[in-house]
Amino acid sequence: MMATLDKATALDARLARLSVPAGGFAAKARREALERLSAAGFPGRRDEYWRWTNPTAFAAPEPARAEVPAAQPEMFDGFGRIRLVFTDGVFDAAASDALSGEEGIEITRLAEAPDVNWAASVYGTLEAAGQVPVLRPFATLNTVAATDGLLIRVTGRVKRPVNVIYRHKSEVSDPILHHVIRLEPGAEMTLLENGPSGARFNKVIEVEVAEGARFHHIRAQGPDHKRQAITHIFARIAEGALFKSFTLTVNGRLTRNECVLWLDGDNAVAHVAGAALGDGADGGFHHDDTVFVTHDALNGESRQVFKKVLKNAAVGVFQGKILVKPGAQKTDGYQISQSLLLDAASQFLGKPELEIYADDVKCSHGSTTGAIDPTALYYLRSRGVPLEEAKSLLVLSFLADAIDEIEDPALKDEIVARLEAWLATHRG
Amino acid sequence: MLEIRNLHVKLEDQDKVILKGLDLTVESGSVHAIMGPNGSGKSTLSYVLSGRDGYEVTDGSAVLDGQELLDMEPEARAAAGLFLAFQYPVEIPGVGNMTFLRTAVNAQRKARGEEELSSTDFLKEIRAKAKALKIDAEMLKRPVNVGFSGGEKKRNEILQMAMLEPKMCILDETDSGLDVDAMRLVADGVNALRSPERSFIVITHYQRLLDHIKPDVVHIMADGRILQTGGPELALEVEKNGYADILKAHGIVAEEA
Ligand SMILES: Nc1ncnc2c1ncn2[C@@H]1O[C@H](COP(=O)(O)OP(=O)(O)OP(=O)(O)O)[C@@H](O)[C@H]1O
Ligand SMILES: [Mg+2]
Repeated sequence: MMATLDKATALDARLARLSVPAGGFAAKARREALERLSAAGFPGRRDEYWRWTNPTAFAAPEPARAEVPAAQPEMFDGFGRIRLVFTDGVFDAAASDALSGEEGIEITRLAEAPDVNWAASVYGTLEAAGQVPVLRPFATLNTVAATDGLLIRVTGRVKRPVNVIYRHKSEVSDPILHHVIRLEPGAEMTLLENGPSGARFNKVIEVEVAEGARFHHIRAQGPDHKRQAITHIFARIAEGALFKSFTLTVNGRLTRNECVLWLDGDNAVAHVAGAALGDGADGGFHHDDTVFVTHDALNGESRQVFKKVLKNAAVGVFQGKILVKPGAQKTDGYQISQSLLLDAASQFLGKPELEIYADDVKCSHGSTTGAIDPTALYYLRSRGVPLEEAKSLLVLSFLADAIDEIEDPALKDEIVARLEAWLATHRG
Repeated sequence: MLEIRNLHVKLEDQDKVILKGLDLTVESGSVHAIMGPNGSGKSTLSYVLSGRDGYEVTDGSAVLDGQELLDMEPEARAAAGLFLAFQYPVEIPGVGNMTFLRTAVNAQRKARGEEELSSTDFLKEIRAKAKALKIDAEMLKRPVNVGFSGGEKKRNEILQMAMLEPKMCILDETDSGLDVDAMRLVADGVNALRSPERSFIVITHYQRLLDHIKPDVVHIMADGRILQTGGPELALEVEKNGYADILKAHGIVAEEA
């Protein structure tokens, strides 16, 4: 009884600080989400799904102050992308490219779209579907209170990637953004996301990948050490469609990235991968990848490849589940999560799970924790490679399996370059 | 020139003493062979010289061209010109052989204040040297030593040596695991590198390698020391009679089988 009351109080306090946008196509979804959220409340430390990550920072009425990170050279330069910039959650039209004009893709903004029929059927829908069997109240909060986001409808094969750039300029910003993407049958797009986003960031992406469509997602979080971020991706992948997402995280005091994938059509493919580099010095590092893959059709293929490199009492968490529903025969599900601990004070907590209700499936999962191989380190050094460079080489080699999930070689090089630069400045 | 004086080494975390007052001088331009029974400390000597963890030097010194090696980090020893071809080359999954070699070559150049090799020059050089050792391009792309056969690993060690052009090369049983033709290739590779500025310590159990790489001096090592030093004929003698007489002459009783 007490607990329920506390939860309700915490929720009320949080909601009281938010100005929930009114009207527009999303109004109904927002209302329904508020009802769901009121029933659910925020999770507490006792919730099994939050056993290893403290949700308090995401539930608190105010964000913790986060100092503004130093400016970084812009990523994805030279990729001919459509640049769209959000500064502390506020769309920066002057710094962005035009929303319209590209063939095969329509981009509008949640804050500016009173009536977008196609988006009305997606906004909050995939998020709501993703609440079973585990509640994800911070995503529901996002549906209720998102102030902006991109509504992207893809009808063709779009060559130019859409690059959403986040900028963090205020120590107390608390952006809530919600992107909705629908790829029509046979369409294809690449979404790039990068940059620090705000003191506390809550972001949801809902993606409908229709029959035979292909969605590619590359995200680089940080470096933005003091921020706290909770992000969700909800995707429904239809027959013969493909979903691929890769996330690089370099630092960040607290990050929880949830990815909820629903293979809803036969022969659907979904790959999600992540590489995280965490240094716990200067306020701690806690990175949580929580993935839930549901196979709900025939002959689906899913892959989860997550790697974490942790030092100075950094904490890495992986909760990954593959659920194979009755009838989802010929499912091929794969999951690996590994961590490299650079010191004894760092910690990796992994919970790989399989739940299978079909008999003709192939599913495997594995989770490992290890340290740098001293023999390999000595071998490299005996060839003249200095200690720190040798360590970086071994760190990169450890991350290789996750980075190899990036299909496009140029994008892969970009991510590797980013990693190398980070490793060069964070040695010792 | 490498001068090892009175080297005493024990295992760091055990009381076991392995090297017990070893003296050895290798002049520039010469090839020295070290032979000796299993467990006599030959690999330990090469690890200690190259700076592997786990050993404690309790006494003695090892000076390469005026620099005390034992005070230096492993990478500094490499930059000073020391190279060890491992008895058991190490596999490094995820690091491409080519990346590994380029990183090593450029790190050493940088440490010596030289300019880095351009990728084209590097490629040209490595292709030519790999070809001479019959290492194909596909093997260069694979992760370091992963999935290499025993003989391929050994040839890869010699390729690294050829690329790094060290002054002091230690070959620890490079011949073991090599077929007759590969042994020829490796010996040719080593002989091609012989020069007045470069010296070699060739650790081996068999005279056969020394037919190809002609040593100037042969040492017999046992129980952590050099027991006897002579010319190439010493290796022939060991090949014929084994170590028993030499050990006996030095009051060492061969361990029971
Ligand atoms: N890390 C270690 N832990 C325990 N014993 C060790 C270790 N390193 C060396 N030794 C012991 O020290 C002795 C010398 O070993 P080393 O490998 O140097 O011999 P070696 O002369 O190279 O022999 P081989 O001809 O068989 O290669 C052996 O008895 C070996 O078991
Ligand atoms: Mg040995």
